[in-house]
Amino acid sequence: MLRRPGFIIMTLIIPLVFLLGIVVFQIINGAATPSVSVTKIGYVDEIGAFTQYQEQGEIHFTSYATVTDAKSALINSSIKEYFVIDSTYYTTGIINFYTLEKQLTPPTETVTAIKRFMTSNMLDGKVPQSEIDLINSSLIVVATRLADTGDISTEQGGYGDLIVPLIFAILLYISIVFSSSYLIQGLGDEKENRLIEVLLSSVSTRQLITGKVLGIGAAGLVSVLVWVICAPFLLNYASSSIGGILGMLTISPSFFALCIVYFVLGYLLFAVISTCVGAITPSAREGQQLAVIFTLSAAVPLWFSSLLIMYPNSPVSIFLSIFPLTAPVSVMVRLGATDVAVWQIAVSIGVLVVTIVVGLLLTIKITRTFLLMYGKRPNLGEIIRSLRSS
Amino acid sequence: MVNVVEIKHIVKSYADKVAVDDLSFSIAQGEIFGLIGPNGAGKTTTIKMMMDIMKPDSGEVEILGKTLGEATKDKLGYMPEERGLYKKQRVLDTIVYFATLKGMNPELATQRANQLLEKTGMLPNARKKIEELSKGMSQIIQFIVTIVHSPELIIMDEPFSGLDPVNTELLKNMLFDLRQQGKAIIMSTHQMNQIEELCDRVLMMNRGRSVLYGGIKEIKAKYRNNAVHLDYKGELGKIPGVVEQRKQKDYVELMLDGKTTPQEVLKHLLSKGIIVNRFEIATPPLNEIFIKIVGESSE
Repeated sequence: MLRRPGFIIMTLIIPLVFLLGIVVFQIINGAATPSVSVTKIGYVDEIGAFTQYQEQGEIHFTSYATVTDAKSALINSSIKEYFVIDSTYYTTGIINFYTLEKQLTPPTETVTAIKRFMTSNMLDGKVPQSEIDLINSSLIVVATRLADTGDISTEQGGYGDLIVPLIFAILLYISIVFSSSYLIQGLGDEKENRLIEVLLSSVSTRQLITGKVLGIGAAGLVSVLVWVICAPFLLNYASSSIGGILGMLTISPSFFALCIVYFVLGYLLFAVISTCVGAITPSAREGQQLAVIFTLSAAVPLWFSSLLIMYPNSPVSIFLSIFPLTAPVSVMVRLGATDVAVWQIAVSIGVLVVTIVVGLLLTIKITRTFLLMYGKRPNLGEIIRSLRSS
Repeated sequence: MVNVVEIKHIVKSYADKVAVDDLSFSIAQGEIFGLIGPNGAGKTTTIKMMMDIMKPDSGEVEILGKTLGEATKDKLGYMPEERGLYKKQRVLDTIVYFATLKGMNPELATQRANQLLEKTGMLPNARKKIEELSKGMSQIIQFIVTIVHSPELIIMDEPFSGLDPVNTELLKNMLFDLRQQGKAIIMSTHQMNQIEELCDRVLMMNRGRSVLYGGIKEIKAKYRNNAVHLDYKGELGKIPGVVEQRKQKDYVELMLDGKTTPQEVLKHLLSKGIIVNRFEIATPPLNEIFIKIVGESSE
């Protein structure tokens, strides 16, 4: 598998795409010239107290004497939108906003500019300018996480901590789908051209299946090691050249370790399942169709990732972290959002290991019975009977 | 002579039928053994039990004096009917890979693979991928994979299918060499002429059971139909003891009455001044025996 072009591309393309993204960002950022276009928004002031602060960033507020004048200006495109400050504004707090565009709600930047314009005018002369600016600016909260000792914690949390585990969770899912497909295709081919008989004339079913599963597990380990080794360099590069949220990305050593453990266990589990599916299905195509049921279960934590992030310690999140099919991806997502309790990680890993071992033993038995049934698919009853008799 | 294979009363049933029913046979060292029978006779199931891919429900399978296990598998070479090779892999890598599965070290396997490739004229193709080879060429590679580790027992399913006459001859000569070296060879095929030409003994199966077992010569002698083939010049006339004269393309088949011997017929012909170019006791081809036996055992 390590020599397959698909695997090599899959392993190397992830860091390369990330690197390419940074380079493209730099090129676009360097090439782009900032374009400043001022948006004109009209207003009708029926109170007569809103005459200053008409420049709000890139928005210029133009006063009109009547609603008719403002409407005409809007229709002949002199202004983009207009709003009316009713004489009852001080009691109702309502601003009526008019536009030619279809909108769900007025744009946030427009609403913010109107708010600043109104606030500045209302506070003018009553408080110092510096306080008006402070009121108009958004609240800046700098959070610092402390360790139990009272010192500043090395893991500060936030979006920076969330992104990397989420990326690795997605990568794990994609890798599982790819490797599962490779394994079923390989087994299907070996069955279809009777290569399996030649292999079984040299090794036992146990050796064959264990070898396949461990081989896939090793391939998963190679992938994750390549990514984990590349990650710090890429993140440093992204942090220095892009900054912003990418500048906050951090990877803790404990996440590295857990990432490798869950990657390998996830790979092994789905390798066992794929081998079993490959053994009982007559062709690679049918095998891949059946395997989708299982690989989709690995995607469940990604579908509900927003819930896992918002409520990382809910019973559902804990269940998904322990249920073997969803555990690898779920734990990775949760690791970014919260401190997953040690007991949950221990139980999760324990359940995964037991499932892999039991699954492997059952797969060997099923394979021994059904691998050589060319072109015939056993039904559920036959599989259960086979397991009982063996 | 040491028996390489000893099968004793093996039975194997599937859910809906008995595939092999109380089958016993043995194969000696340095013997080419034919396993024949109609489709569904139980040949493949028997081969799979000999290779430990399947376990018999009852009975014993001994290979090289032991119950087949992982260690004895290294002394066995198997060639399936359909080509079982990785299409994307290169020829030399394929041979070395399968040899290492049989416990050979890679250096020795490479050396031996090169020897066999040279012997079969396939050395120029060593770096080619399997998918680039013709059917006949990949058949030869499959054969090399089967024997690269010098197995004591070689099992081959339809070894000559897809081979041209030159490669067929090459394969036959290599099989004779292997027999000379004391290897036991099992051939499962429908090509009766190959069985007659190559095999020392044969087992015919039908419906999971042994219906014919023994040396080719003994079997043919047993099933001879009391006739002689005669190529002659002169006027035959009526021959005492001959009940029917059947004209064939190059000869005439004389059917004897059961009391008269071929020697008596020859003596009569010579006394009549007939010029005898060829006189041989007719033995039915194996194919004829096969059809007859299968027909009888199916009734």
